[in-house]
Amino acid sequence: MQRSFELPSGLRRWYARLRAAYQDVPISAWLVGMLAAVLVEALIGRDLAYILGLGNLPSFFGLSLIFKKWQLIPNILVFIAVVYVIPALGATYLVRKLMARLSGRGLTWLDRLPSWGYILFNLAFVYVILHFWASASDYRLLVLRLLGVNIILTLSLNLVNGWMGEFSVSVAGFMAVGAYVASVLMVWGFVDDNVFGPAVFPASWAPFAFPIALIIAGAVTAVTALAVAIPSFRTRGDYLAIITLAYMFIVKSSFENIDFLGGARGFMGQPKVAESLLVVFVWTVLAVWIMYNYVTSTLGKATSAVRDNEPAAEMMTVNTRKVKMVAFLTHAFWSGVAGGLYAHIVGYINPSSFGLVKSAEILGMLYLGGLNSVTGSILGTVLFTMLSEILRPLKLIKWMVIPVILIIVMIKRPRGLLGFQEIRLPFLERRAAKADEEVSHAPAGD
Amino acid sequence: MPLLEIKNLTHFFGGLRAVHNFNTRIEPGEIRGLIGPNGAGKTTVFNLTTGVYKPTEGQIIFDGQDITGKPPHQIGKLGISRTYQNLRLWGNLTALDNVKIAFYGRIRYGLLGAFFGINGRYEEERRIDREARELMALLGIEGYADMVVSGLPYGIQRKVEMARALATRPKLLLLDEPTAGMTPAEMEETMEFVLYIRDTFNLTIWLIEHKMRFVMGLCHWIQVLNFGEIIAEGTPQEVQNNPEVIRAYLGTAVT
Ligand SMILES: Nc1ncnc2c1ncn2[C@@H]1O[C@H](COP(=O)(O)OP(=O)(O)OP(=O)(O)O)[C@@H](O)[C@H]1O
Ligand SMILES: [Mg+2]
Repeated sequence: MQRSFELPSGLRRWYARLRAAYQDVPISAWLVGMLAAVLVEALIGRDLAYILGLGNLPSFFGLSLIFKKWQLIPNILVFIAVVYVIPALGATYLVRKLMARLSGRGLTWLDRLPSWGYILFNLAFVYVILHFWASASDYRLLVLRLLGVNIILTLSLNLVNGWMGEFSVSVAGFMAVGAYVASVLMVWGFVDDNVFGPAVFPASWAPFAFPIALIIAGAVTAVTALAVAIPSFRTRGDYLAIITLAYMFIVKSSFENIDFLGGARGFMGQPKVAESLLVVFVWTVLAVWIMYNYVTSTLGKATSAVRDNEPAAEMMTVNTRKVKMVAFLTHAFWSGVAGGLYAHIVGYINPSSFGLVKSAEILGMLYLGGLNSVTGSILGTVLFTMLSEILRPLKLIKWMVIPVILIIVMIKRPRGLLGFQEIRLPFLERRAAKADEEVSHAPAGD
Repeated sequence: MPLLEIKNLTHFFGGLRAVHNFNTRIEPGEIRGLIGPNGAGKTTVFNLTTGVYKPTEGQIIFDGQDITGKPPHQIGKLGISRTYQNLRLWGNLTALDNVKIAFYGRIRYGLLGAFFGINGRYEEERRIDREARELMALLGIEGYADMVVSGLPYGIQRKVEMARALATRPKLLLLDEPTAGMTPAEMEETMEFVLYIRDTFNLTIWLIEHKMRFVMGLCHWIQVLNFGEIIAEGTPQEVQNNPEVIRAYLGTAVT
């Protein structure tokens, strides 16, 4: 990069140089760069925030501070540059150089991993980054865990509203069923409770029983979803929207009236089995992986055929009733699992946390990210959550700003940000071996 | 033994008698024509044969098996496939996916395979991918495989629909006005094409068409429907000269 150095004629030139330097960077180098940024934040973030007058370590890169005190914007920019941008770019650059040198001498060990090993390695790396980032505050940890839950909810809803092309609004209702079932199982098994009696199993088993409780919660949710599915899949039309709405209200008022579950006051005392980010991370990855597998299989793609033209799908040997059942029950199952996770993350549930507002929030994430897209659902959930946290200082106005943003997105991109398309996630797909070799050549200068 | 035998088929839509006492026997390898003025009930006969509607009366026997009242996806699996009068493709999907999904009835991995990537899912998907692409290549549309089907030219969409119909491996293929919206030159090409797929895939073909040149040039035997009833049948020559047929078509354009 040093050669042919002359005074930059403007920002655009710098940008071009930056792009040239980073365009062929392998994903592993980026991950190291992000890790570096997170570590720098852990080391100097607090002190620097104090010096710059930002108060405590900002939770979301200082972005929400902008809405509290706009005068701080220059300080926030300095903070972002010093703590995140410079360490990330610097470390990425160094690692890339190093990797280029290694691959000149033959393959690095990363290239020799089988593709599942490569994916697991990168996922573990992502987890480590998130882990360090979350360890800075309980608030971040909570937001990240709820983000995982919301990703599961959004993607599972996408199966029905996107791939199947119907309109379901019962996601909060499914969550509620899953949350209560999982909570009851875990409290009955591992907590001395005056309704469910003394703990049945030793408390040390709780973390191992939790997955089983979640699966049961999902399964029970799916069974209750049959009550919706059987009548509404006889015909097409707006039935599903209406019936799922009814389902949600029935579930909510049922739990409000079941006294031994706390009625409207709610239900608490869940054992602390979802305190760590790892538990939620693993479940999120598992859910995404399983649903991704389904929608990329020919069996699963038939769901879209049913949406686009049901009679033709039926004629082309697709068992359309079964396909719709599977999509809807998968939606219910994973929403139930997500509900169970949610209950143990917040450690307290009551019927009003599972109302229309919750469903609307998930629908917002879904339509922001885009229908028929796994990566879209993830992106939509992440953006919506970030937006919701960053705009928190605006208080009530937040709920006017977010809908306006959603409307603008829907006007600009009616199918959502990634509707009917996927972005390739490089850390899940290995680059061709050739591309890594090219890195060893000096990037084309300008 | 005929491949398809229909006995005394009658169907009412409410009070409207769309098909009345329809009979037919189609032999393997035959190209059969079904003609008649608009609203005669031709498409309804196809819909009844493929299980879209349950007939009010009558019996449908395919390949020695009574299929009356069976749902379309089972009839499809038994070996009847079709194309539609107005294209019915899956518009948001790629041309390749349109063809691949028609393999549904023969997919060997189950739900567990789809969810967890087990039970030989990946080999099976590779096989489906390969066969679907081969099929598209036979019809000369492999170049469109990865494009979203709703954006393709009309003629190509017609071929994709044909490829999709063939992907279920039918014995009997029903074509509902395969040349609708085509120029005479395209129609000539489609005639060749129908013969080509019949020979390549060992098909029996039953087609509905208004263009007389097409029907007369292809079919071995033609049945004429008017107000849901057969008013004449025979070889192309016989039908063409039948006064009943000419009367039925009076007022409607015979091309
Ligand atoms: N699903 C339905 N419900 C009620 N009536 C129907 C239905 N489908 C068809 N019909 C009526 O049945 C009669 C026969 O229709 P059909 O579509 O079979 O005619 P066709 O011979 O295919 O005509 P065309 O040449 O115009 O395609 C028409 O009067 C039509 O309006
Ligand atoms: Mg018709």
